[in-house]
Amino acid sequence: MKINVDRDACCGAGQCVLLAPDVFDQDEEGIVVLLDERPAADQDFAVQEAVSMCPTGVIWVDQNA
Amino acid sequence: MSDLLDYPIPSDRAIEPPPEWEELRQQCPVAKVRLASGGEATLLTRYDDVRAMLTDGRFGRVIPAGGTGVGSQDDGGTFSNDPTGVMADEEQHQAWRRLVNATFTAKRVQALAPGITARAEQLIDDMLAAGGPADLVPALAFPLPVWVICELLGVPEDQRERFPYWSDTALSTTRYTQEEISAARQEFGAYMAALVEAKRAQPGDDLISELIALVDRNDPRLTAQTVIGTSMALLVAGHETTASHIAKMMALFLGDRSRWERLVADPSLVRSAVEESLRFDPNAGFGMVRWVDEDVEIAGETVPAGTTVVCSLAAANRDEGTFEGAAEMDLGRRPNPHLSFGAGAYSCLGQSLARTELQIVLAALVRKVPSLELAVDVESVPRKEGLLVAGFDELPVKWGE
Repeated sequence: MKINVDRDACCGAGQCVLLAPDVFDQDEEGIVVLLDERPAADQDFAVQEAVSMCPTGVIWVDQNA
Repeated sequence: MSDLLDYPIPSDRAIEPPPEWEELRQQCPVAKVRLASGGEATLLTRYDDVRAMLTDGRFGRVIPAGGTGVGSQDDGGTFSNDPTGVMADEEQHQAWRRLVNATFTAKRVQALAPGITARAEQLIDDMLAAGGPADLVPALAFPLPVWVICELLGVPEDQRERFPYWSDTALSTTRYTQEEISAARQEFGAYMAALVEAKRAQPGDDLISELIALVDRNDPRLTAQTVIGTSMALLVAGHETTASHIAKMMALFLGDRSRWERLVADPSLVRSAVEESLRFDPNAGFGMVRWVDEDVEIAGETVPAGTTVVCSLAAANRDEGTFEGAAEMDLGRRPNPHLSFGAGAYSCLGQSLARTELQIVLAALVRKVPSLELAVDVESVPRKEGLLVAGFDELPVKWGE
């Protein structure tokens, strides 16, 4: 499982950081920073939640990568 | 539906959605409606359609001359006024947003949490000390978000008493006359201009001082006028919606005692319960407007170029296709991809702050006042009329001694 983010389209809502702070962070302009593109399995639920709640839909998970 | 539907759809229930939402989602997901201003618009009510429209980068939120405008009698001026002056240009908006985002990142907001918690606990202690029954709106729901946004912006404590009036007039649909609204806007603008000048002379550790420092360094993203407009927008957006939602959230949780008891029994549900209250809110405001300037297909229909589209966030939040058991409130619902903060490039800038404030208030009440209950029947609580953020003017509560 590999996480991808599109920083260009990120609006900086910060929802992913609130849900999965070990996986996502924000830079000084609020834009998403991926801390861990292959997090441990215990992060799966939080990551899925961040994917579905991202207001711009800029996080996606590649299950086969 | 041969006759044009009036929008917003009139509803006389405090916490139930109008039945038309379900009919529209099922039978007419792309509906022609008539706005209070008299113009025609197209209303979207399905989750997938609303989300697709809001995240479609082609369509902006500024309606050009000649299009069906959304006037202050429709939405309180949220769309017809743009005090920041950056909303018309996509690139300018993004640059502005990335600048202001810095203050509202999740981590900066979380750093404020201890201070917000202490303030919430103090307000609750004061309410308990004064004895019940009490009105939760002036005791807690209103003063907490005002305090938070004023601290962030750097508004001195003794200068805050006019804000409720300015904010109410800024969001007025029918409560105030156009003269009153214009006079209040002018007064508010003059106050903010003076405050910005005062911050320029004597900077503090706050957002206005940070922004004005950028202007003085000739940052091309900002002008002094943008700083004044941004401060006005943040002040109104930063407290009215949160204050109003604290009261609505508590009415939802206390209006059905089993919800409140579940929270008291398991406070770990606070975060998901806050999200569910946001999803469930039937009075979430006018909705979000987009100007469609090229033909676009929605739900199998072609919406022609030159259409004003209104996205009902609250109707989308009740779409059974996305939310299983959408008509039921499930305090443990996860994930909960509701649209109450919008979606896409213009989604709510302050959503981390709003979420944090709501979680803190709910957790503090659950912890300190588990016996809290409504002092009147939920349907008899007087509602705010003629304001965009339809909420409660008061919320009488009591508790066991």
